[in-house]
Amino acid sequence: MKLFYHFGRYYMLVGKAFSKPEKIAIYYRKVLKEVELLGLNSLGIVALVSVFIGAVITMQTAYNVENPFIPHYLIGLTARDTMLLEFASTMIALILAGKVGSSISSEIGTMRVTEQIDALEIMGVNSACYLILPKIIANVFFFPILTILSMVIGVAGGWLICIVLNVISPEEYITGIRYAFIPYYIFYSCVKMVVYAFIISTVPAYHGYYVEGGSLEVGKASTLSVVYCSILILSFDLIITQMLLS
Amino acid sequence: MIEVRDVVMRFGDKTVLRKVSTVFERGKTNLVIGRSGSGKTVLLKSIVGLVQVNEGEIVYDGKVFNKLDFTGQKEIRQQIGMIFQGSALFDSLNVEKNVMFPLDMFTGMSMNEKRERVNFCLQRVNLENVNRLYPTELSGGMKKRVAIARAIALNPKYLLCDEPNSGLDPQTSIVIDNLIRELTEEYNMTTIINTHDMNSVLEIGDKVTFIYEGRIEWEGTKDDILHSQNQYLDDFVFASGMGKKIKALNH
Repeated sequence: MKLFYHFGRYYMLVGKAFSKPEKIAIYYRKVLKEVELLGLNSLGIVALVSVFIGAVITMQTAYNVENPFIPHYLIGLTARDTMLLEFASTMIALILAGKVGSSISSEIGTMRVTEQIDALEIMGVNSACYLILPKIIANVFFFPILTILSMVIGVAGGWLICIVLNVISPEEYITGIRYAFIPYYIFYSCVKMVVYAFIISTVPAYHGYYVEGGSLEVGKASTLSVVYCSILILSFDLIITQMLLS
Repeated sequence: MIEVRDVVMRFGDKTVLRKVSTVFERGKTNLVIGRSGSGKTVLLKSIVGLVQVNEGEIVYDGKVFNKLDFTGQKEIRQQIGMIFQGSALFDSLNVEKNVMFPLDMFTGMSMNEKRERVNFCLQRVNLENVNRLYPTELSGGMKKRVAIARAIALNPKYLLCDEPNSGLDPQTSIVIDNLIRELTEEYNMTTIINTHDMNSVLEIGDKVTFIYEGRIEWEGTKDDILHSQNQYLDDFVFASGMGKKIKALNH
């Protein structure tokens, strides 16, 4: 029963967040600020994780492929497809759930316990719309860009490790990443990221918005939101994959 | 004028407000006093609609607030300035942006006009050269003043204050109290102040409402308190040994 209660309350909050904004210009500026805070500030971690993942996938694939009948360029193909299909979206989303999700939850939660949300409501501002909608828009538009960036950097990470450790020759790797390329994988990955971005924006916002108590509860809400985000991301990974790739 | 008519408020099995009825008059500082947990914060939150009352009516100048739709409530809320116990300034905005926030949201003023208005409000609460500071860089008293400046930015008809003196020293408290009273008279606002600071009561209490266990136990002016025969009120107001001596001397 508690699950239905939370789902109902979440649904109503999201509905409230999608109301008509009081002043478009203010919301536009807020969206740009959120893009900077939640998106641009995540570029570093996304790039770092992607380059290492690309390199490690290449090394592990090379390590496991010892059959002389399997051409080496397939290692590049495997690294590319793994990055495109799974890591650039789901892995990055899990990392963003930790970084961005906890930030959203603690920001809104702190505003709740320090009565800043009450202050907004009393002024006549739709607090859910003002606080959550710009985050949803910023993330839904910017996270797919991070996904594409992660794909590029991840594949480049594999190429770098080929140069540094000579796992396979860089030429074979380049041949592999150009072989049997299916552009639909990029679309599939971006669609997944749009759904994840919505989850990462709204689930932590829900936990923060309804927090009660003090700083301890804000911390708990933040942790809980990351856990629920991760579970939802993995569940939707399964659902979307079934829908788009089966 | 704000009228509270037979308001009942329950949280689960617990009844916090029991048929509370009173009138808060325009141009006066109306103080609501009572022990912690007596229901005064719930009353204030009911008045602004942060909690929905179970029974009764909240009436703003003839309009029944709790029966209005979202748009109607929003219109009234834009005429309310509220000062919270912890000031509730927006951490991510500096002082100027905090005071400018309601102007940004609800007026079509140009940036210059908004800046002028912000500076006027800050000067009115005796704050200067703080526009670029963030709330974390301000003292408790300064935060309250910025909160007051933000509350009066839109020339509100109603000013509601939840324990505006909490955490302040007695001298700063008196300054804040007098500021609220001056603004109330200047803008002819209906002001409600929740407090358990007796200095405030005796300084600015044009009308004092004493809440005891969720019901209105006593109402009067600050001068009436000294002559009151109400035991609960006496126990609350003259709780200290010094207070009891003052009461005895007055008798």
